Amino acid sequence: MEVKKHYWNQYQKEIADDDYFYERSCIRQTFFPGSETTFLRIMKEELGKNIMDDPNLHTCTGIGYHSDVVAFDTTQTVCARIFSLMTDSGLKNYVPSCVTSFGLFTELIETWKHFPEELEKTRENLRKATGREFELPTNIAHPSDVIFKFRKELKEKMKYQLVNKHTGKPLKVVEHIGCHYGKVFSQHSIGGAEFPHVLAGMIEEWGGEVVDYPERRHCCGFGFRQYLVMANRGYSVANTKKKFESMKPYKPDFIVANCPGCTMFMDKWQYTIAEMEGITYDEFGKGIPVLSYEEMAGMLLGYNPWDIGMQTHQVQVESLLDKIGVEYDPKDKYIGKSGNYIGEPEKPENLKV
Amino acid sequence: MEKERILIIGGGPAGLEAAYNLAENNYAVTIFEKDTEIGGNIKKWVKLFPDFGDAAEVRKNFKDKVTRQDIDIKTDISINELYSENGKWFAKNSSGNVYEGNAALLATGFETFNASRKEELGYGIYNNVITSVEFEQMYKTGKIITAEGKTPERIAFLNCVGSRDEKVGNHYCSRICCINAVKQAIEFKELVPDAEAYCFYMDMRMAGQFYEELYRKSQEKFGVTYIRGRISEAAGTIDNRIQIKSEDTLTGLPLKMTVDLLVLMVGIESSDSTTALAKQNEINGEYGFAKSVGLHGSDNLTKKEGLFLAGSCKRPLTLPETIADGRAAAIQIIEFLKLKVKN
Repeated sequence: MEVKKHYWNQYQKEIADDDYFYERSCIRQTFFPGSETTFLRIMKEELGKNIMDDPNLHTCTGIGYHSDVVAFDTTQTVCARIFSLMTDSGLKNYVPSCVTSFGLFTELIETWKHFPEELEKTRENLRKATGREFELPTNIAHPSDVIFKFRKELKEKMKYQLVNKHTGKPLKVVEHIGCHYGKVFSQHSIGGAEFPHVLAGMIEEWGGEVVDYPERRHCCGFGFRQYLVMANRGYSVANTKKKFESMKPYKPDFIVANCPGCTMFMDKWQYTIAEMEGITYDEFGKGIPVLSYEEMAGMLLGYNPWDIGMQTHQVQVESLLDKIGVEYDPKDKYIGKSGNYIGEPEKPENLKV
Repeated sequence: MEKERILIIGGGPAGLEAAYNLAENNYAVTIFEKDTEIGGNIKKWVKLFPDFGDAAEVRKNFKDKVTRQDIDIKTDISINELYSENGKWFAKNSSGNVYEGNAALLATGFETFNASRKEELGYGIYNNVITSVEFEQMYKTGKIITAEGKTPERIAFLNCVGSRDEKVGNHYCSRICCINAVKQAIEFKELVPDAEAYCFYMDMRMAGQFYEELYRKSQEKFGVTYIRGRISEAAGTIDNRIQIKSEDTLTGLPLKMTVDLLVLMVGIESSDSTTALAKQNEINGEYGFAKSVGLHGSDNLTKKEGLFLAGSCKRPLTLPETIADGRAAAIQIIEFLKLKVKN
């Protein structure tokens, strides 16, 4: 049985070694403002890679496209403009921060492969609208793929491990890859959709233990039509609640996700559920901390948690930092980059801080 | 005068039945069996549907029938090449030994579907997800237990694993799984009468004689519950049980339940030998099975003169059908050889 457990190995993909063109997410900078900067810092400072962060980038229309408010022709043209910016840069390895962008770009490349007339139409539309031309990327990888690829190199530089310093035992980590990472084209993900390994590989390499709970593959609650339409929002919370109830018996130390929405909803809905029903999913009423994979890597590399944005989380991260033994100064938590006090959020009634 | 010899690739029911009938008609036969023992897939079964016949006894009968001087049984031999030259047929094994005959019969049978290809069902990941073949082997020990050694309080059988499934590329029905699930559910309930047994299906295809009666009996006498719906996902729980998700398509409602043991009714696929040897002889048909000239009247013939087919190397067949097909192939071979002598 042990051998079979590694059959995620059949899902592998090509991930470029260097020279990346990075596309930031529309929403991550609001919800987890330090994650993308942390990724760029890791790529440049820890791994010495060439990566371009182009300020002229824009939406891929992913959320609008999946919600049926943006037409496919428009989506293709807007995404083609992003490719044209990459073409200008001379880079060919495309790395979109958002999982939905990753799924969408993969879908477009696949569409254009099977329906070349759609590619020609898109070229024509972009030409008419902007006068721009574009080349297709030679490699598309999600940043989590890139971190997975270099997980061993990063481990050597890490100051901490995913180990409880009090017990010496591996931390129990729930991972969530996001539907658009693995469920659109499982062959373009590490480990496939059923037993994904992109985050699990990082967790295991860095000393932690992956929690395989029954609702591991279930949606996080970020289903676009569920949360965008207010009348449907109960479905969103219900999905997230289902996951929390399923993972609770395993007593996870934290959750790590690689999708902007998944990370946000699994973090913030814990507050909502606590307010609605007075329920929390950890032993102490504080909730289960939710990290992006960049935050997880940055934290283990010894970056100041407040520099990588961990104070903006709904579920507070100090319990996790203390378990690992991460050094931090509580007084700096709400001190901004300018050195000024940035204010503190109100404390919730039921989710303890 | 030296007897004419027929090379039979495969020592399962089709090959053995053909061998016996050929020998009875004064022909010499060489059987090549890749396993250590003859018997084919019957070796994996304890009781046979629909009459709960003893598989070991059926196997013994075959063995008795073919244990005779004019049938040369070569076990532990895999035939890698099968070809004809100047009206003779030759079978070559991996060691390079070549065997000669006047005709050849492909009776290479089937293999069961590798359930780990249906990743969402967790086979090979969770110890309490097993296949119908593993259930049968466990049944041989006289008890059905979980990986932790407990008697299951609730068991589920899932039909069409690897059959009628576009995702794995098998559009066809394997024909034996529905009735096998009925049989195994009854066997389980006989062993553990107080337990719950559920069977998930798309259609219960009870086309064989006494199948429908057994299906009815499983519900009326043994209380097996049938749910029309495929299982979309199986996941392990903290206490090593299996949580399954499905939809009851008769009520139109989603369904989630936790079972102690999930049995995957694995379908029939072409064996590697069938696919390879059929391809060499340009008689490869759909899904890797070998292709006969025609279903009606020439189902044992191939477009290659002197090469014949029998059993599940052509498509999924039940055991009685396989045995009858082996006998039919023998008649076709005899006709062919007689005609050849006459000409």
